[in-house]
Amino acid sequence: MACDLWRDKIAAYADAELPSEEMRAMAGHLRGCASCTADLLGRVQLKRAVANAGNRFTPSIDLRERIQKGLPPKEKSFSPWAWMPKLAVAAAFMAIAFLLFREWPVGRQGQTFAELADLHVATLASANPVDVVSSDRHTVKPWFQGKLPFTFNLPELAGTPFTLEGGRVSYLGQAPGAQLIFRIAKHRISVFIFQDRPAFRFSPGDSRSRRATFNVETWAEQDLRYIFMGDADPSDVHKLSELLKAVTRP
Amino acid sequence: MPLFDSLYNFAQWLTHDREEAEDLVQETYSKALKGFPSFQQGTNFRAWMYRILRNTFLTSRTGLKSSMTVSLDSEEGESVQPTTMETPESLLLDRGNRQMVQQAIEELPLIFREVILLCDVEEMSYQEIAETISIPVGTVMSRLARARNALRVGLTRKMQGD
Repeated sequence: MACDLWRDKIAAYADAELPSEEMRAMAGHLRGCASCTADLLGRVQLKRAVANAGNRFTPSIDLRERIQKGLPPKEKSFSPWAWMPKLAVAAAFMAIAFLLFREWPVGRQGQTFAELADLHVATLASANPVDVVSSDRHTVKPWFQGKLPFTFNLPELAGTPFTLEGGRVSYLGQAPGAQLIFRIAKHRISVFIFQDRPAFRFSPGDSRSRRATFNVETWAEQDLRYIFMGDADPSDVHKLSELLKAVTRP
Repeated sequence: MPLFDSLYNFAQWLTHDREEAEDLVQETYSKALKGFPSFQQGTNFRAWMYRILRNTFLTSRTGLKSSMTVSLDSEEGESVQPTTMETPESLLLDRGNRQMVQQAIEELPLIFREVILLCDVEEMSYQEIAETISIPVGTVMSRLARARNALRVGLTRKMQGD
């Protein structure tokens, strides 16, 4: 397929709106096409800029309280039966609150994932994706000494389908962390390691999901947050996660 | 009440006015409470709430004034302009100029502003946006493309004016 045909789908790809088959096909094309990857990067950056700029206005506490009381606006008349509709309103309000909590997607958490997806895409699009280029864990791990306020362990990959390509210092919410690139077949997986913070809004336990077409897995151990992200098969992402977990958990 | 913050943020983007946004959100909840029995279980609750807010805004004086300022002709056939490495957005991100992006969004016509905010800030799917603003999914896609192109043009102009 010519680039023009792929290009028509890049916006939907950036919005994670293509069917899964086309998502995979597009990911395959992007791996070999610098022009489309650059186009995608621009679109992801625009989305990110809008997301950052768009969260701008905060409601007042007073407004929150008014609405939480469930009072309809500008209702000033009083009747002896006023408690009855209010009771109904309160019941409906409870039902809405229940739905809100049940259906509310992980919006802010989604932003953290979006930032990580940006980092992953930008790294893969870069001519120099890693600052320390080595498949040797005893070279890559010491390279981070003095660059990060923490340390981490890397697994022995001999006998596994994974290859370590290297690493770089990355930033999430202005905090430094490690970004390691692993390869499996033709897929590359970013492993991000940051000091865990409530602001990241991750759930406390392990979680596996699909975000912006990437397969993602995350867990925390010893105050560090590990996030695995890539277009590889979810089972491969999980295998890599388990390898890291084995050398991390006591 | 997590949706409350997002609804308010969206309301102020629509109205450009704090007081109006507060009234709009309050009226939205009031209408939602009154109309809750008509909400169909299993359908998208978030899209339902945003649709109430948007419709309430569109029937307000400010909403009537600011809506439909852009031609809706040929929305389906919108071409997608490719970005390049030297995009305004990458330059903006480099500079970290959040305020400039906010101004560029503010200057977008209402029909572009709402669709881009619902997609990129509220992280709604095309289907959810279609349900919220009552247009087909294909129109959501073409309108988003037009909105993003307009935003790029606005950002480029702002940077050239530096």
